[in-house]
Amino acid sequence: MLRLEKRPQPSAFWSWLTPLIAVVVTMIAGGLLFGALGKPPIEAIRTIFWEPIFGEFSFYYRPQLLVKGAPLVLIAIGLSLGFRAGIWNIGAEGQYIIGAICGAAVGLAFYPTESWVIFPLMVLAGALGGWAWAMIPALLKVRFGTNEILVSLMLVYVAEQLLAAMALGPLKNPEGFGFPGSRNLQQYPSAHNAEIITGSGMHWGVVAALVAVIFAYILLNRHILGYHIRLTGQAPRAARFAGVRPRLLILFCLGASGALAGLAGMFEVSGPTGQISIDFNVGYGFTAIIVAFLGRLHPVGIMLAGLLMALTYIGGEIAQSNLGLPAAAIQLFQGMLLFFLLAVDVLTNYRVWLTSTEAA
Amino acid sequence: MKLTNLLTGAALALGLATSAVAQDKTKVGFIYVGPIGDGGWTYEHDKGRLAVEEHFGDKVETVYQESVPEGADAERAITQMALQGADLIFTTSFGYMEPTLSVANKFPNVKFEHATGYKTAPNMSVYSARFYEGRAVQGHIAGKMTKSNIVGYIASFPIPEVIRGINSAYIHAKKVNPDVEFKIIWAYTWFDPAKEADAATALIEQGADVILQHTDSTAPQAAAEKAGNVITFGQASDMGEYAPMPRVSSIIDNWAPYYIARTQAVMDGTWETVNTWDGIGAGMVGIGEISDAVPADVKAEALAMKDAIASGEYNPFTGPLKKQDGSDWLAEGETADDGTLAGMNFYVEGLEGDIPQ
Repeated sequence: MLRLEKRPQPSAFWSWLTPLIAVVVTMIAGGLLFGALGKPPIEAIRTIFWEPIFGEFSFYYRPQLLVKGAPLVLIAIGLSLGFRAGIWNIGAEGQYIIGAICGAAVGLAFYPTESWVIFPLMVLAGALGGWAWAMIPALLKVRFGTNEILVSLMLVYVAEQLLAAMALGPLKNPEGFGFPGSRNLQQYPSAHNAEIITGSGMHWGVVAALVAVIFAYILLNRHILGYHIRLTGQAPRAARFAGVRPRLLILFCLGASGALAGLAGMFEVSGPTGQISIDFNVGYGFTAIIVAFLGRLHPVGIMLAGLLMALTYIGGEIAQSNLGLPAAAIQLFQGMLLFFLLAVDVLTNYRVWLTSTEAA
Repeated sequence: MKLTNLLTGAALALGLATSAVAQDKTKVGFIYVGPIGDGGWTYEHDKGRLAVEEHFGDKVETVYQESVPEGADAERAITQMALQGADLIFTTSFGYMEPTLSVANKFPNVKFEHATGYKTAPNMSVYSARFYEGRAVQGHIAGKMTKSNIVGYIASFPIPEVIRGINSAYIHAKKVNPDVEFKIIWAYTWFDPAKEADAATALIEQGADVILQHTDSTAPQAAAEKAGNVITFGQASDMGEYAPMPRVSSIIDNWAPYYIARTQAVMDGTWETVNTWDGIGAGMVGIGEISDAVPADVKAEALAMKDAIASGEYNPFTGPLKKQDGSDWLAEGETADDGTLAGMNFYVEGLEGDIPQ
């Protein structure tokens, strides 16, 4: 018989090991799933995890890992601050959209002037846009005690409508024959978030993600604010005695995650995507929630989790095209990852004892 | 030692053999915006792909990727197919235009075909179908059959292709029923069963007893079936499982002949950049069987119109026609030119509401 005994404190050892176990279990279950679909399981798993990094065309896929991973990491870092303090920003997707709209709007306002100040202004606008969108649930929570989960989530749908309106209206390409979508920022050098080294995939969003990881690490480990965040999450009552001002913390956590999500949107619209279009957003804001938890809400963990998630995306696409795996099977595979992580998390919080049946 | 040599030789021979076989085969790739089981747009493109496989047998290999988001992900998906050695790649949604162009510039030896766009390159063609010809037939049936005189229209995105469809359906409904009124809901999606069902239900609640859709799922058909006494038309695919009611007819996209012809052109080395825009006449647009729910005389008129369009005798956009603001568009007997149609951004006279801008 298996018996579970709650640990007095979550095990640090297991909290690092469980993500790895989850990945391995996902590989096994995923392999079984692919096998059941009549595809070679080992070949499929190998395609997903090996091909993008070491395969024949890895020269193309490796940079793509950075492109796909950067927005995930950037958003997840912001979310993790709030999540640690029990402040749940579920609407990063909306903040991502607003950041992209604001950033693109500033860039397009200058078109076709060329100047080095345009891109920094766009970065600022993107961060401000995301911040402002996150301030709506933050202020409502502080002032009226509304639930930030609901408000931030609902604002995603508002942002999507706003995005459609922008793509069809103010930001529409005047030379686009009436089709929706803005000008392509990739063709406007001053506003283009180009690769810093050609072919490396390293654009400014990747740099920003790395900087965010470092700052978050310092904040959480060396700064009084980070201490307050951690304390609020672990012991809200004690936090109050320790001088934490909960309202300020709400404003900070939601604002920071909003600004980072806005930045991610801005770097995406000015770089890999290039234009504001009706379906510009592809779910980074939601996937980042998985990344944040997969990374244990720890900055370094999030960086690794973001890359892993990017790997499953890109490897999954290769598997689709090479092996004819359906898209839904790949999505299922990614979902399993979070599912198994939550499942094996029991090891972090509980001790497992093997007891003999006679004793029971 | 000898054994190793032998093995190496065998492996080498095998390797050469497989690469030789790979070279013989023409590899054709498809990028889809929805799942292949959507029952509409993507489903029909995939039928085209299967037709290519069947037609050429061992001489082709096809690959596809479904549910590819438009934007940066599409660019990677297309690049990936080009890297894997595809000779010809069809990208089957408007939003793939920029990514396709960008990849086409990087792979000059690979041929690209983009559906419903307007940008071309030396190795990138565009193709589309004159769906508005089918809309004319639908409009005729809708105008004849509506009792509430309210026709509901689930529009996807306010792009010229969709606006052409609305105008064409409206002109022909109005022609046979001067009291007809169109209610249009913009769904801002090509495929979202939940949103489409909501839109259909809202239109039915507003009194519509005919639902036209420019979205790809069968959800509006199901909503109409539930409401009863509401007729619908299959979109992109026949959606025949909802016949004879609510689905009374359909517009069917038939990409197979085009896909086969273009694959053949790549094999023969005769591929050139083209701008194809075919309709009922060329067989790219099909009209699904008109069910018994439609009175025999209406059916006969609809079929006669279909034949007239197919033969080129009748153009659905024939004057006199005015724009919504009352200004003249086409004089008596004048027909619309392709340039105006391709960029159509106005409603014809009589339609209410504004195109979202």
